[in-house]
Amino acid sequence: MIILAYSASEIWSILVMQGFAGLSLFSVLLLMALGLAIIFGQMGVVNLAHGEFMALGAYIVYLCSEVVQNHMPSLAPYYFVIAIVVAFLVAGIVGAGVEWGMMRFLYRRPLDTLLATWGLSLIMQQTFRSIFGAREVTPTLPEWLMGSFKPTQNIDIPINGVFVMALSLLLTGGITLFMFKSRTGLHIRATMQNRAMSGAVGINTGLVDRFTFALGCGIAGVAGAAFTTIGSTGPDSGQRYIVDTFLVVVFGGSASLLGTVASAFGIAQGQSISEFFLEGTMGKVATLMGIVAILMLRPQGLFPSKVRV
Amino acid sequence: MKKVYQHLFGGNEGALGLVILAIILAVILPASLDIFRLNLVGKYISYAFVAVGLVLLWGNTGVLSLGQGIFFGLGGYCMAMFLKLEASDPISTKIQSTPGIPDFMDWNQLTHLPALWVPFKSFPFALFAIVALPALLAYILGTAMFKRRVGGVYFAVITQAVALIVSLGIDGNQGYTGGRNGITDLRTLLGWDIRTKSAQYTLYYVAVALLIGCILVGRIVLSTRMGRVLLAMKEREDRVRFSGYDVANFKVFVFCLAAAMSALGGAMFVLQVGFISPSLVGIVPSIEMVIFAAVGGKMSLLGAVYGTLVVNTGKSLFSETFPQLWLFLMGGLFIAVVMFFPNGLAGLWVVVRERLPGLKRRVIRTAVSAATQSAVIPAKLANSEGGE
Repeated sequence: MIILAYSASEIWSILVMQGFAGLSLFSVLLLMALGLAIIFGQMGVVNLAHGEFMALGAYIVYLCSEVVQNHMPSLAPYYFVIAIVVAFLVAGIVGAGVEWGMMRFLYRRPLDTLLATWGLSLIMQQTFRSIFGAREVTPTLPEWLMGSFKPTQNIDIPINGVFVMALSLLLTGGITLFMFKSRTGLHIRATMQNRAMSGAVGINTGLVDRFTFALGCGIAGVAGAAFTTIGSTGPDSGQRYIVDTFLVVVFGGSASLLGTVASAFGIAQGQSISEFFLEGTMGKVATLMGIVAILMLRPQGLFPSKVRV
Repeated sequence: MKKVYQHLFGGNEGALGLVILAIILAVILPASLDIFRLNLVGKYISYAFVAVGLVLLWGNTGVLSLGQGIFFGLGGYCMAMFLKLEASDPISTKIQSTPGIPDFMDWNQLTHLPALWVPFKSFPFALFAIVALPALLAYILGTAMFKRRVGGVYFAVITQAVALIVSLGIDGNQGYTGGRNGITDLRTLLGWDIRTKSAQYTLYYVAVALLIGCILVGRIVLSTRMGRVLLAMKEREDRVRFSGYDVANFKVFVFCLAAAMSALGGAMFVLQVGFISPSLVGIVPSIEMVIFAAVGGKMSLLGAVYGTLVVNTGKSLFSETFPQLWLFLMGGLFIAVVMFFPNGLAGLWVVVRERLPGLKRRVIRTAVSAATQSAVIPAKLANSEGGE
């Protein structure tokens, strides 16, 4: 009984920190899945290069940090915010290019998209490796992201975790507002529900496709940028995320943003609990098996779309 | 007799294609390559089993599995477990603290053989398990998903997740599976040393014979009425369902068949290469095997074999000389095949062949295919709009 060795306040601190670890995994999963919830959930495009767009965002932050370090050290405390915007724009522009050059020819063949985007992910990985080398890189983070936050003596909450959490909540809120309250969001939803009809009422569906794909890629870039605060980036970092990301979206019921949030929360809590009882990889195996088993019983996911097929 | 000929070999044209493949694999390659290179070809041939299975499953039924590496790996592990037990007899492992169990178990402080391993002491059981275990797993996965009408990209994503689970699971249980290093140092099969040159030649021919057997099985499936149902399911699944066919059962059958073929490939891989590890089970190898089939032509059983050989030869040539370029080339190849040659090498061959004898036949063919395509595309559009 190890637990008896701790006092009540220490147990409370452990609970708070464990709970925070679960929440922080939740925000990581949510950030990863948001872009895919748009690309896969809304557009139905299986983008296996999604992880590479995250890696792209992370590399952009690294580049910005190098430039700031070497040329304008006075900007160092603020650059990170700018770098996130740059990561969003670059990933979005690359995404728009990919949509223009490849995706728009493949919308009618979802299984083929899967292969083509895998090819794209290989090319992007090798590009990262050729430019940045095979070693993992870490940007120099501004001071205010380091260290931790101590409300009491025993509780220790890392600031970068709080930052990722805040960013993911902000983005989720922003995207929800954008999709459901803005004119462009309305066009996106209309096009994804009934392309022919949307075209008939004057929506430029081709442009909507390009914008939606670019938006999803841009969000992936932001996710990647945020991950530089908690880990380093290598050419194949993207591949590590891809299965988790897809499972979060599919598990949530792919057409639903709320579902994505709920499933990211469920998976994160499940994984932190199972990792507490089992060793590292086996905890992950148990979580994934649980998800697959639930998906087999309930293939439409947690929150299926209410549209009649 | 004629009917059998038509079914098995697809008439004169199909028989000719099969004979040419058999001559290339069994005569030309062994005569022109040294044993080291031939052994490499043997390794590629074991991947070709998976590609042939994928032609049935993906090209002709429209079900894309991104988890064929699971079955390849399971078949391989079943074979490797038997060979490892034979290599770990008490005499050759007497320096271990527990003689008579595989070396990696000893390193992980296991003191007796796990129950899972015990049946693999018997060769007949191992042979049975190579085909039966993967087929059983495919049956369970397939029934669970196809009966609930999970298909398309969802099936692909879930099989990919299962591939990750299996490879992580093997990786994480070092004492029982050999962990990340896999099962290595395999020596004899029933006392016959599989590492000698003559054994490698024999095993190569066994692999070729089994592969041709698999192609023939595939031909039988595709040429009977069942093959027509499969193809119909690929194009308009709901119409087939409304006509009274149980679509799920057909899919489960093909999934099991493809799994069993992949597993045979895995077993032949272990015999020829001498090891198996979780790196052959996970996501990346599973997708690569899909690419072999795609490059060869996802509709063509023979094309899949050529695709596997071409991609792998390219991979070994390029990764030796220009390791930097290889991933660019591979990635570009996937994109090019998907966008410009959806029927792969086999599709190219059809184009070339029809230019040869003159224009007349080609005109008729293209007219027909144009007609079918225009009939298919609106149907698919309607499907994708329905949100599947």
